[in-house]
Amino acid sequence: MSGADKIAVTVTDIVPLNELVTRFEFRRTDGGLLPTFSGGAHTVVEMRDGDITRMNPYSLMSDPMDQTAYCISVRRDDEGRGGSLFMHNKVAVGDEMVISYPVNLFSLDLRAKKHLFLAGGIGITPFMAQIKQLERFNCRWELHYACRSKDLGSYADELSAHHPNETHIYYDDQKQAIDLVNLLDGQPLGTHVYVCGPKGMIDWVRNTAKAEGWPREAIHYEEFLAPKPGKPFEVKLAISNKVIQVGEQESLLEAMEREGVDAPYLCRGGACGQCETRVIDYAGNFIHRDHWLDDAEHASGEKIMPCVSRFEGKTLVLDR
Amino acid sequence: MSKFTFPKSITSRPVYGTLEPREGSAHLMIADAEGAEAILDVATPEMMAKAHIIYIPKGEDFEDRLRALKPASFYAGPSYAAAQPRLHKFLADAKMGLQVYLAGTEGLIGQAQSAAMAAGIPHTAIQTEHRGSVARRMQCVHCKGITEDVETDPFVCSHCGLNLFVRDHYSRRLAAYQAVCIDAEDPGNVPEPKGIYE
Amino acid sequence: MTIQFNDETFRDDYSFHNSEWAIKRFPFPFHEDSYMYSVNMEQHRGGPDGSVFEKRFDVDEHYVSEMKDRALVLADDPLRCQSLPHMTLAGWDLLELIMVSKSEDYPDLFELHRDGNAWRWINKPLGIDHSFTFLDEATLPYGPMEYITRQAQGDFAVLDQRDDNLWMDAGMVTTQADWSLDFDIGMNFFEWHAPVPLAHEKGIFVRALKFLLNIQQGSPARRLNWTMTVNPLLDTSPENYHKWGIQKTTLTPENIGAKQHLRVELQTFFRLPRSNALVFPIRCYLCSFQDLMTVPKWGRRLHRVIRDLPDELATYKGFIDNRPLMLDYLSKFDDGLPTSPGIWPDLDVEPALQK
Repeated sequence: MSGADKIAVTVTDIVPLNELVTRFEFRRTDGGLLPTFSGGAHTVVEMRDGDITRMNPYSLMSDPMDQTAYCISVRRDDEGRGGSLFMHNKVAVGDEMVISYPVNLFSLDLRAKKHLFLAGGIGITPFMAQIKQLERFNCRWELHYACRSKDLGSYADELSAHHPNETHIYYDDQKQAIDLVNLLDGQPLGTHVYVCGPKGMIDWVRNTAKAEGWPREAIHYEEFLAPKPGKPFEVKLAISNKVIQVGEQESLLEAMEREGVDAPYLCRGGACGQCETRVIDYAGNFIHRDHWLDDAEHASGEKIMPCVSRFEGKTLVLDR
Repeated sequence: MSKFTFPKSITSRPVYGTLEPREGSAHLMIADAEGAEAILDVATPEMMAKAHIIYIPKGEDFEDRLRALKPASFYAGPSYAAAQPRLHKFLADAKMGLQVYLAGTEGLIGQAQSAAMAAGIPHTAIQTEHRGSVARRMQCVHCKGITEDVETDPFVCSHCGLNLFVRDHYSRRLAAYQAVCIDAEDPGNVPEPKGIYE
Repeated sequence: MTIQFNDETFRDDYSFHNSEWAIKRFPFPFHEDSYMYSVNMEQHRGGPDGSVFEKRFDVDEHYVSEMKDRALVLADDPLRCQSLPHMTLAGWDLLELIMVSKSEDYPDLFELHRDGNAWRWINKPLGIDHSFTFLDEATLPYGPMEYITRQAQGDFAVLDQRDDNLWMDAGMVTTQADWSLDFDIGMNFFEWHAPVPLAHEKGIFVRALKFLLNIQQGSPARRLNWTMTVNPLLDTSPENYHKWGIQKTTLTPENIGAKQHLRVELQTFFRLPRSNALVFPIRCYLCSFQDLMTVPKWGRRLHRVIRDLPDELATYKGFIDNRPLMLDYLSKFDDGLPTSPGIWPDLDVEPALQK
């Protein structure tokens, strides 16, 4: 079986935070305690929407020490394939759902002398748990959080109220922006930077830090990609000896699972590398969208990450 | 020429490169003996404006040439141990963006690297270039004592007196190679010492 | 079943011994008649009743004596247990994992009572009844990792996960196959395995690391490893090699059956939830050649494995000089009959020795 172990949970609270973001609380259906986790971990939520099962990763944002309940925050994506819309429109308090054990692909470097968090929009969620973890152990941290407006600044008020000295909020609509070069300048040796937000923000932070002479190991980032819809395509799976169709609204990974072909995964968002699959033959173009393979591997035509990447063309034969 | 090509070895054995200028908020350059040559090779006036040099001459005559580079600060001291308090103060005050360049013997490079790592710089971000003596800094695995500047294999532990053979297994934390008793299974049967790379 | 704990030593007079029960459940490491490195990982979710794989942390008849031996080693050399400062949370994770597992798996021997962070731990075999505050180091006599691993058989390497690698940043190592925690602490996965021959070239460590990095909470894994030890000596450390190395030269045709021990490591791997570190318990089982030979299948197979092992591995495992003596002894237990696949003794199907 692929992915982390599963936990049966019940939705115990749903709180709309603003017009885009809603928070969900889960408790174990059997009444037991949930596993503890480390700040930055995510869970994969299974959404049974009629015949379709979607599995989306969401950062756990509750206190890692609290084993009674997990919280996630879901941003509605009207353009997406429907996972977030399902959560927003179809999930009700009392519903039973299945989530995965926590998996952490964005963990704190506990050696850091200081943790510097940079969040963009919904990218605030992993930091909510990390901040609770660091506060418990009296660690040094600072948050710089950019959001579109006061109305859309999920948790900005709460963070500012609890941690006025550490929290810095920037509102786009007030023309406020993180002065990154200045911020990076003068940070004590041993500082680690963590960035979670849109791809443009992650690239900006990584590139700026590199130019300022920061070591690669001191920059941590996470961006989960939701699989994007695209044109349907056909794939031949060599090991299982099957030809399958990937629909417009499903990912290649989901299509394989639908056909009973087991491919390993953890994040389903192009980050963990588990579903990396060898390409045996192809005629056409890859639409690579993952963070896992590097540019040379994308160009080589030898590998694909089926969780988020697609294909357009005549023939695609995979080693599955 | 003070450069030596080390034979290919196991993955824990350090591999040295050639110093190159990097972007950074400040530059810390530490060298001993002929390591000065590597600093002279990499130095640019732009870099020197933000560079701090710690140099252990060990009888070599490079001090004036290093001073002439006009670094932001320059220190020449009699030994690494003597330079250590100054180095620790520098690292405690340092900011992210600091670039570290180490050149000279393995003992000097290893000890300075260990100090920089403890201050929060990953070892992969620290540049090193070997110059000069190929003697090794060895830790006796039995008594834990460090013997500096070991040139032969086997050698006698300067602390406990055991006959030790020289391994390529290296600890960055200790800045030392591992030395293990050579005649444990046949006491007294100690081969004639020869140069480590002979 | 209540375990009868042996009163025995792993040094000096070497009174260590295995009962019939312990021999039958010995984790014989060879699943076929030859051996080469492989990434022989499997899930660690129980095993046959009574086997060493059944519980998360196996407790056997040697428990009390092994813990006494560990205390002696640590009194001589406290550096066998070290934890870099950032690993304290992982130490608490490990304490929680072991206390919860043992109290659930051996309720007659261990009890854990929790009320929030107020914990009470009862270890009946060692006579410990201790109340402490979880996550408060001041309420324990040692750091959390040292405290619990003084009460758990086997060595423990606690690995920090970062930069797509595992880092040996804490450990309790007193029953090791000749490696030094004090030297290796702080190294990454490839560095601490650097002295192992052949396996790097075969890509074993690249694949093993990839597997280990992806071990998830609730899904532990395990594998077996092995070496050879003369006398039932747990502490075959490099630190003391100048003292014990000489024992390797004391083998004779007369004493080899009793003195030569197959040393097997049951290595398990658990993700630690609060720290995202990985713990790598390395549990050592010893069995003398003469006890192993009571299982006909193991007698046949051990001879073939040792006979055909590449010289590099026999050298690395430290028995190249004694191999001829071993083969003389073992060949007497190999009648050339085929062996059944798998590691189990299969006493009911394997014929007795035919010579």
